[in-house]
Amino acid sequence: MEQTTRATTLRTPLGRVRGSGSAKSGTHHWWMQRVTSLALLPLTVWFIAILATSAGMTHLEAMAWIGHPVNAVLLLALIGLTFHHTASGLQVVLEDYAKPEWVKITSILAVKAVCALLALAAALAVLRLAV
Amino acid sequence: MSSVPDASDATMLGRRTDGTPVRRPLSPHLQVYDMMQMTSAISISHRATGIAWTAGAVLMVWWLVAAASGPEAFDRVQWFLGSFVGILMLMGVTAAAWFHTLAGVRHLFWDAGYGYDIPTTYKSGRAVLIGTAVLTALTWLALLISW
Repeated sequence: MEQTTRATTLRTPLGRVRGSGSAKSGTHHWWMQRVTSLALLPLTVWFIAILATSAGMTHLEAMAWIGHPVNAVLLLALIGLTFHHTASGLQVVLEDYAKPEWVKITSILAVKAVCALLALAAALAVLRLAV
Repeated sequence: MSSVPDASDATMLGRRTDGTPVRRPLSPHLQVYDMMQMTSAISISHRATGIAWTAGAVLMVWWLVAAASGPEAFDRVQWFLGSFVGILMLMGVTAAAWFHTLAGVRHLFWDAGYGYDIPTTYKSGRAVLIGTAVLTALTWLALLISW
């Protein structure tokens, strides 16, 4: 029995156990999208609630609010998770619809670059007000 | 296959590798579905709202960077967000954000293995739509009160 199952697959037993397909990453991308979505759930509701209840914030109030240690830490987490989740979500959309292959790859890389830069810019802004 | 006389044939008509037509079951193409039914409409809207929310994330970055840059930059972003286009954008982002959040929770339940049967799927779909409307209205009510 063992012989016949071996013969019908090119995958090694180790590869099968690790669950890593040709991309060598298994379900990592899918799982990270779920993990970031769970973490973003409370953070996003918190951020939307704050903005909705303090629409008329002056510049001084905004600086004080962003610079508060608790808010700054939560904002940094929100920024990192938001752009991680956004980049991986847009990546899946491009993988599904962008053609031909070079357009797909360049657009995914461009999305990742823009998301990384936006996240860094936002994080720098928070750190400038908090530190 | 230039023309398909009957829509139901779309799942049957194919071609062999040498180009000769053949009638056999194929994977159903999008055109055989009613795309406005609850299941498929919410599915594609989940993607669309995810993309739309990216605009909201960009606004967040602008707001934070402006706050760190100085009073003039902050006044500019506050002016834009209070302008007609800004309010329209924020309203769209708020609705998209709530929809994507609620539909996302629905997906997490599916990922955990719950709510797959048709009646539950339709019920949770309706809950997403009603929840989006209610939470968007509440967010803007809070916003107008605090303005």
